[in-house]
Amino acid sequence: MNEKTWKEIPIGGLILDAGNAAEYHTGDWRTERPVHILDKCKHCMFCWICCPDSAVIVKDKKMVGIDYDYCKGCGICKDVCPFDAIEMTIEGTED
Amino acid sequence: MKLVLSGNEAAAYGAMLARAEVISAYPITPQTKIVEKIADLIADGRFKTEFIKVESEHSAMAACISASLVGARTFTATSSQGLLLMHEMLHWASGSRTPVVMVNINRAVAPPWSVWADQTDSIAQRDTGWIQYYCESCQEVVDTIMQAYRVCEDPRVLLPAMLSEDAFFLSHTSEIVDLPPQEELDAFLGTYEPDVRLDIDNPRSFGSLSMPHQWYPEFRYKIQEGMEHAVEAIERVDREYGSLFGRSYGGLLDLYRCEDADTVIVAAGSMCSTIRAAIEELRSEGVKVGMARIRVFRPFPTEAFRALAKDVRSLVVLDRSFSMGSEGAFFSEVKAALYPLSDRPDVRGFAVGIGGRDITIETIRSIITDSLRPDTGITAQKWVGLRRCEE
Ligand code: SF4
Ligand code: SF4
Repeated sequence: MNEKTWKEIPIGGLILDAGNAAEYHTGDWRTERPVHILDKCKHCMFCWICCPDSAVIVKDKKMVGIDYDYCKGCGICKDVCPFDAIEMTIEGTED
Repeated sequence: MKLVLSGNEAAAYGAMLARAEVISAYPITPQTKIVEKIADLIADGRFKTEFIKVESEHSAMAACISASLVGARTFTATSSQGLLLMHEMLHWASGSRTPVVMVNINRAVAPPWSVWADQTDSIAQRDTGWIQYYCESCQEVVDTIMQAYRVCEDPRVLLPAMLSEDAFFLSHTSEIVDLPPQEELDAFLGTYEPDVRLDIDNPRSFGSLSMPHQWYPEFRYKIQEGMEHAVEAIERVDREYGSLFGRSYGGLLDLYRCEDADTVIVAAGSMCSTIRAAIEELRSEGVKVGMARIRVFRPFPTEAFRALAKDVRSLVVLDRSFSMGSEGAFFSEVKAALYPLSDRPDVRGFAVGIGGRDITIETIRSIITDSLRPDTGITAQKWVGLRRCEE
């Protein structure tokens, strides 16, 4: 994190660069991590529709993985997956 | 130009002379006349401003904050319950560093319902980050609105200010008010040009979130820095206004006959005129008494009190409000300001005029007599004129 002092920041809680929320990796808040198991996945897109953080990555109509920069680990994708193709693990442990 | 104006009308004229560009206010007794007079001035084509009608004081302040972020000079007015409803937005105004100027008519807080003078409403906003002025006359209302915009829009300050007037004693009492020429006021005030504003062509983020490890304490500390700059700005602007228009009010602390005083009465608002008259009587009887009128309560005139305390034997602090479970805020804060001094005057506190109960010259004389009694051992604040069964 940028360690600017109180003298160097703007007043009023202002953020001077517009649209910079993407630079803030809310995935840091995650305590549980969803792991995608490609072999079981049928690319039904349930998880893609239901993810509240738009963290399910889709390429060429295939579910290809999870964007851990923004996934908050809520587990909704695991709950909605009809094919048990997503498992939750505790963040910080090996898969 | 001289006009006969009530404190409410003076507030409306003040907003017009300051060329407030956006006004949003909700009517409440005894402030209603401010809103009505502004509507009159607009209808007569004399006041070019955007008046936003809203459904509550909370919305009125929200509208003022948003307009101020765009870069408009904004004005509002309220009283008592209305001010309390604004409380959340008051923090937003100071936190967003918007120089909104508001007139508050000091009215008692319910229950029981009371529309009469009492300063609890504004004292309860002490920690919202607003500059607080207390006015003694209708003339001072107009002059202080001008001064407040200059102070608030100073880039080193950028904070909102509320000016308080006692209900009825000032809001509904008319006196001759001298309105300086518009061109001279325009030159004195200039226009409000914030460095960063809400602008669709140059987007920024306002009202963002800060996690504990990020910037929250730093942003809050910057508000305190603005308040520290306000001390100097209030003094400087008051002096400059005096040199231009012939009227100044002592900056933060307005001293009256304090030069050789043994006892100094500390008070704020309309009762100060009664205190001046009482001082004249007491002086003619040989009692060396003066007054330190708290004109600005936030930022607190700490240094001015310490300077005054050097030559004074006792301070008699009058609060027209009371902090339940403690004591009047003026009483507490005067004592706190003097605490670091090794040689402190005796400080006595009196709660007086609560809920608009009349404060006469006789009331002030009895307080002075009471406080002059040697070694009474009084430390707790006394409620003046409280009907007690033992009396
Ligand atoms: S819900 Fe399951 S099967 Fe469907 S796309 Fe997501 S991971 Fe694949
Ligand atoms: S855990 Fe939640 S946030 Fe992460 S990908 Fe699944 S649904 Fe989205």
